Amino acid sequence: MTTPISSMALVLVASVIGSLGAVFLKLGAARLHNLWSLLNWRLGAGVGMYLGSSVFYGWGIKHGQISVLYPMVSLGYVWTLVWGRLVFNERFTREKLAGLGLILAGVVCVAMGSK
Amino acid sequence: MNVVQEREEQITQRQQAVPRSLVWTVACSTVICAAAQILMKIGMTRVTSLDPIALATNLPLVAGYGLYAVFCVMMILALREGELSVIYPIISLAYIWVTVLSYFIFHDTLNWLKLIGILSVILGVAMLGRGKPR
Repeated sequence: MTTPISSMALVLVASVIGSLGAVFLKLGAARLHNLWSLLNWRLGAGVGMYLGSSVFYGWGIKHGQISVLYPMVSLGYVWTLVWGRLVFNERFTREKLAGLGLILAGVVCVAMGSK
Repeated sequence: MNVVQEREEQITQRQQAVPRSLVWTVACSTVICAAAQILMKIGMTRVTSLDPIALATNLPLVAGYGLYAVFCVMMILALREGELSVIYPIISLAYIWVTVLSYFIFHDTLNWLKLIGILSVILGVAMLGRGKPR
C-alpha cells in the first residue's frame, strides 16, 4: 500500500492547524489570572484548533501507511518555530535551524520510502 | 540576550537534573502514543460515513483518540516538570514504536529510506529541544 499525496496533504494541513493551536494556547495562557479568564477566546481558539487538527489527521490516515503519515506530524515543530519567530519574536538559534533541517530531510526520506 | 549568556543558559539547562522516574514515565507513555496511532488507523479504515452513532461506536477510533488525549495531557504535565531538552528526544521514541508496530500489524513497508528518515526526524526534534531555553 502506497501513501496517496492527498493523505500527506491532509496531515500537512493538520500539522499547520495544530501548530497555530499552540500559538493561540500560548496567547491565551499569558492572559490567565483567575478561573474566569479560562474562558478567553484565545484559549477557546487554541483548543478548537487542536480538535480541528485531529479531525484532519484522522481523515489523513484513513488511507496510506501510518508509518509514513505519523512522522509527518513532526512538521508541526517546523511551523511552530516560524510562528514563534513571527508572533513571539523568538530568535532562531543554530540548534533550531539544524533541528528544522533534520526534520524536513527526515520527512522527505520517509515520504520517499513510502513505496 | 548575547551569545555568551545564551550559551551559559544552555549549559545550566543541560546540567539540571531530570528525575529518572520522569524519564521512565515519558518513555513508557510514548508506547501509549504509538498504540493510539495504531488504533486511530484501524478505526479510520472502518469509517464509511459521518454518522455520529457509527463514529461513537467505532471502538478502535474512540480508544485511539482517547489514548492520544491521555498522552497529550501527560506530556503537558511532563514538560512542566522536566527540561525540554530531555523530554523532547524521549517523546520522539514514539516514531520508532509506530514504525515497528505498523510493520507487524499493517505490513507497512520497512526500508532504509524510512529508517534514515525516522532517525533524522528524531535527531531534529532533539536539536529543537536544545535550542529552546526553558
